[in-house]
Amino acid sequence: MEVFKWLNDQLLRMDWLAQLVRMLLEDGFGIDTAGRLGGSLHFFIYDVIKIFILLGVLIYSISWVQSYFPPERTRRILGGMSGFRAKVAAALLGTLTPFCSCSSIPLFIGFTSAGLPLGVTFAFLISSPLVDLASVILLASIFNWSIAIAYVLIGLVLAVIGGSLIGRAQMEQYVADFVRHSPVLDLPQTQMSRRERAQFSWQQVADIFNRVWMYVLIGVGIGAAIHNWIPEQWIQALLGQDNWWSVPLATLVGVPMYADIFGTLPIAEALVAQGVGLGTALAFMMAVTALSLPALILLKQVVRAPLLALFFSIVTFGIVLIGYLFNAFAYLFI
Amino acid sequence: MQIKILGSGCKKCLTLADNTRLALEQQGLQAEMEKVTDFAQIAAFGVMSTPALVIDGKVVSVGKVLSSEEIARLLPTTS
Repeated sequence: MEVFKWLNDQLLRMDWLAQLVRMLLEDGFGIDTAGRLGGSLHFFIYDVIKIFILLGVLIYSISWVQSYFPPERTRRILGGMSGFRAKVAAALLGTLTPFCSCSSIPLFIGFTSAGLPLGVTFAFLISSPLVDLASVILLASIFNWSIAIAYVLIGLVLAVIGGSLIGRAQMEQYVADFVRHSPVLDLPQTQMSRRERAQFSWQQVADIFNRVWMYVLIGVGIGAAIHNWIPEQWIQALLGQDNWWSVPLATLVGVPMYADIFGTLPIAEALVAQGVGLGTALAFMMAVTALSLPALILLKQVVRAPLLALFFSIVTFGIVLIGYLFNAFAYLFI
Repeated sequence: MQIKILGSGCKKCLTLADNTRLALEQQGLQAEMEKVTDFAQIAAFGVMSTPALVIDGKVVSVGKVLSSEEIARLLPTTS
């Protein structure tokens, strides 16, 4: 157990890095890290470096796993299943399939035109931005393992239930016509070589880094501000545990925003450190990553308003519910 | 020859377009290049992961930013 804790503290939480940055600031520049400015600086430098290191290592290893599950293969696997099992599989595969928001629409079209039921496709679409392997490790690094595992399980449950409800609603008629009439292309699957997988993984690291570095800087910046500059009473008054509306408020603020989970985690971390409920912080995080205006505008091109509204309300409602649940049971995790 | 790059206009698609142009240049080939960003049209090719490369109406690669060497191998050889 001791060994495990040490590994966790040093490798995931990178306590050595926190120490190193503190030493550098205090001895090198004479900045007191217990003070306000020093504290913010410390949080900023330490968090940015930590997230970038984790991001690089994680994306590389996860991309390696993902290279075995291209969307075409996922579609074939899901096509061979039905009912509840298919939705669970879709939610699970959503965590694995390489996915960027710019490819979600072709994916939606590809799944639907191949005859996958809407429920299965949406289970996949909900789970894939919300839960991915990288977010699990990052959550474990910033909070702890039980929170990370609870987050994943609950994210998968949301995807399965959301998908099932959408499947039940029988809204096939609200899918744009061209989607159903699209051809299904099945290129002969070529086996990737080791070198190609390595290349693919590197490219993913570079791509994701290019895409998210700014969100990380902004996210950590906001986190540092919350940490030391915004009075705790304000945050408490707005998002404190005693207010019943803190969870819906955090969700509503998060929904229109678009950012990667890497950028949102530092904000959630700082909020929790300031006494905001874990559920409230997680609700904010889920809302930012799962729903965003740009994604909805894209989806609008392939599904009509009623289906879009259903998707939107189920996910929003689910996130609020999860927020309340986490707040109620937070004592189990911290 | 007609070449189409399918993709919603994200960075990967631009890189693929650049690499394709480079490959054509290196091979001394002439081609009409077109970027397809409309989802309905992309879907019409049955493509699921973008960027994708279409040569003379045939999808030759999906979900990959090919290097110019890889593209050169996919181009029809000069007669």
